[in-house]
Amino acid sequence: MKEANENRQPREEQALLPPVDVIEDANGITLYADLPGVSKERLNLHVDGEALTIEGDIGFDMPQGGMEATHAEVSLPRFRRVFTLSKELDTEKLQAELKHGVLKLRIQKAEHAKPRKIVVEAS
Amino acid sequence: MELSFFPRDVFAELDRLQRSMQRAFEFSPSIRGIARGGYPAINVGGTTQSVEVYAFAPGLEAGTIELKLEKGVLSIAGERAVDVPEPNEKASVHVNERFAGRFHRVVALTDDLDPNAVRARYRDGLLHVSIQRREAAQPRKINIE
Repeated sequence: MKEANENRQPREEQALLPPVDVIEDANGITLYADLPGVSKERLNLHVDGEALTIEGDIGFDMPQGGMEATHAEVSLPRFRRVFTLSKELDTEKLQAELKHGVLKLRIQKAEHAKPRKIVVEAS
Repeated sequence: MELSFFPRDVFAELDRLQRSMQRAFEFSPSIRGIARGGYPAINVGGTTQSVEVYAFAPGLEAGTIELKLEKGVLSIAGERAVDVPEPNEKASVHVNERFAGRFHRVVALTDDLDPNAVRARYRDGLLHVSIQRREAAQPRKINIE
């Protein structure tokens, strides 16, 4: 799993790059992404060929009548990050879970790509 | 703030350090993820009646967040669990960017706040603290006799 160059976006579609952890084991890959303020309804996950896109809009509870920002470390209302998946990953078996602003994605490896013990037969 | 005190993996720490260095030299550091202040990132806004603080603190349980307001200074502390496993034969960590461990951030606010009128809400990893300004500090229409 590699990061795609598409993360370099034109200025008008700028979004924050969410920090991630990627862990691989024998059966697949687990990806955690920090998406604070993104609810299930505002999260958009899609796979197009080998590109996996994680996108989410931040939902703010604004006081009525709006407010004046005095300090902003989060300067854009959107997260976006694109990854290139490798061929051995089975995108049909993709499990996603969103809890307290953390997305946990589990991508299984295709059966043929899982490690197998090869039995050596005696002749 | 971004470096953990107990490095699990030296290379992951170096990578994190490199990322934060990179961000420091970029024109707009915040575009490279949440950077400037570490975890949690904080936005502050205000109206004539209240001050609104937003802390981007994903992956916590609401009950474990320690929130304090003292003399116009708001402090947010807590601990985030580690999701990345210890190095072992069965799993390898390819990317390790997310913060884990204890955190403590302090924001100095104005001194016209009412410590008894604070409302805090944690939803989708976003902590929203709304603090009312004291009655005396709010704009009032003055009647001319």
